[in-house]
Parts: sequence; C-alpha cells; structure tokens
Amino acid sequence: MIRRIFPYPVLSVGFFATWLLFNQSVTPGQLILATFFGVTSPWLLLRLDVPPIRMRRPLTILKVIWTFAKDIVQSNLRVAKTIVASPHPPPSGFVRIVLEMRSPYGLAALACIITGAPGTAWISYDPVDNVVVLHILDLMAEDDWAASIKTRYEKPLMEIFE
Amino acid sequence: MILTLLNLSLTVSKLFLAMAMMAAGYRLIVGPRAQDRVAAMDAFYLNGLLLLIVFGISTANAFYFEIALAIGLLGFVSTVALAKFLLRGEVIE
Amino acid sequence: MTDLPIDIPAWAALVTAALVLFGSTLALIGCVGLLKFSTFYERLHAPTLGSTLGLWSILIGSMIFFSTSQERPVVYELLIGVFVTVTTPVTMLLLSQTTLYRDRLEGRDPLSENPDPIDKTG
Repeated sequence: MIRRIFPYPVLSVGFFATWLLFNQSVTPGQLILATFFGVTSPWLLLRLDVPPIRMRRPLTILKVIWTFAKDIVQSNLRVAKTIVASPHPPPSGFVRIVLEMRSPYGLAALACIITGAPGTAWISYDPVDNVVVLHILDLMAEDDWAASIKTRYEKPLMEIFE
Repeated sequence: MILTLLNLSLTVSKLFLAMAMMAAGYRLIVGPRAQDRVAAMDAFYLNGLLLLIVFGISTANAFYFEIALAIGLLGFVSTVALAKFLLRGEVIE
Repeated sequence: MTDLPIDIPAWAALVTAALVLFGSTLALIGCVGLLKFSTFYERLHAPTLGSTLGLWSILIGSMIFFSTSQERPVVYELLIGVFVTVTTPVTMLLLSQTTLYRDRLEGRDPLSENPDPIDKTG
C-alpha cells in the first residue's frame, strides 16, 4: 500500500526539496504545493515503466564523486594546456575498452562521468560484447586509459549498482 | 583599493567571456557541419550563462541568477531537441 | 561599469576576483579550442572546460562574494551548478551519437580507420 502511494520515495523527497529551493520559502502554502508535487510526480514516472533503480553503499558513492571532482580539476588543466600549447598538440584518437559492468544505470553513470570530464568522451557502446569506444583528446602512448577507468570508476560503480 | 581590483577582475572576466561567446558564434556561423553548429550553440549559451553570473556579481543583484537558471534550462532543452532532430534515428545504437 | 555598491572583507574580494578571473579564462581557452581543433570529435572536448571547472570556479567566487557582502542564501549558485553539471554530459553524449550516426550515414566511419587488437572487424 505504501509502495503504491510512494513508488519512488527518494524521488518524492527530491521533488519536495527542489520545489522549496526554487521558491526559497517555507510558508505553509509552498509546503502544501511541494508535498503535492512530491507525491504526484513519481506517479507519472510509473506510467513510463522505468526499471527500478537500486543504489547501495553511500560511502562508495561519495568516493566516486570525490574521484570525479579531482579528475575534473586535473583534466581541465591538462586540456587547457593542450589547447594553449600551440603548435604541436598531441594527437587525439579512439580507445576501445571491454567493460564488465552490465547494469544500465551504472553504464549511464559511467557515460556521464567520462563525457563530463574534459578530454575524454564516450562515443559508442556495443551491448553485444560490452565494448565501449572513447575519444581521447591527448592520446599519449604511456597512458593506460582502460586500466585507469576500470579501477577508478567501473569497480566502484559496479559495487553501487550491481 | 581591493574593490578596484575586484572591479578590474570582473571587467576583464566579462571581456574574456564576451570573447569566448564571439569564438563560439564564429563556429556557429562557419560550421562546417550541422553538429558543429549545435555544439557551438551549446557553448554559446553556456558562456552567456557565465557572463550573466559575472554581471550578477558586479551589480550585486540576485536577479541575474534567475535569468541564468532560465537560460540553462532553455539551452539544455533546445540543444537536446536539435541533436535529436539531426539524429533522425535511434539515440543508442 | 558600476562601482560595487557594498563593502566586503578584503580577503573575500581578493578570492572572488581570482576565482572569477580563473573561471572566465578557462571558458575562453575552451572556446579558443572550439576554433582551433580541426575535427568534430576534438572540438567536442573544448566547451567542457567552461561547463565544469570554469563554471564551478565562478560559482564558488559568487558564493563567497554574496555570503560575505549580504545575507543572501547561496541557493541559486548550487542550483545552477548542479543543473549544468548534470545536463552537459547528456547533451555531449547525444551530440557525439548524432555525429557518429551521420558520419556512418555518409560512409565515413571514424572508428573503422583505427585498427585495434580488440576490434573484431579489424
């Protein structure tokens, strides 16, 4: 019964908080509206048949976010140097990586992390043999992109989503 | 003295962001292909958003932030719509 | 250019000035990259400079500025930051998919030019 009313409790709380943040007030009227949208919006999502999401290990989630933040700073400086370092930028190219992760949400998170960091972009994914193609802006021979992405992101994401 | 420095920094930042918008605008006009133009438009509105934030700081007015948020929302939706229009196929192959 | 209508501590003004200047420099370098690179896949990386560290640097500068000058909550900066950080990868992903699809439609697959041991077609 409680599942029927709150199919996605985290999402309900998220809607509630976002509504109050956008309005920047906690008057009774806004509280009623926030509760209304928080409860009814997930019902719309039920109609879309979104597969249920299961996330575990909050500490690992924080660790991934921290790794991502560090990565953002480093790769920003790196890409800025690449752009400014005229006239001989290092060659760019594609890298193929065989993944072990199969969870769609985990893959989506990995795609957003890789594309969000400057210098790396997720180009295509083959679900048959689980191979992903990345585009790397400065492809140095000594860098092992597959190992770095597997240990830093894929393992913790598998712990979270699988 | 310090405030003059802050003012100077904000002015230079606005100049930089305007130059960034001009660079994105050049790419938007020149292309050469449709997806280059969409990517350039994405960069263009993003720099516009940053410029509005800097304006918000230099006038100490929170109103600019609401406009920046609206630009962020509209820019995201329009870029996704344009990319989807160019795709005419599946999003995930 | 208006003069700043408020007074804030010297350290806050200094930190704000540095952060905003750093962020806008990164955004400018990103857009220079947009002009400089010759292929689409390289150009795709360039604007992410402004949308990640550039954006957050300016936003943190703004947070410091507004929380020291007047009692305004820093909600807007957080909303803008989270929103742009979440949405930029999505548009980039969609654009790269689009480009790959259109490249293949025109018969010049960028991936097939790259022989690789793992590539089963190669």
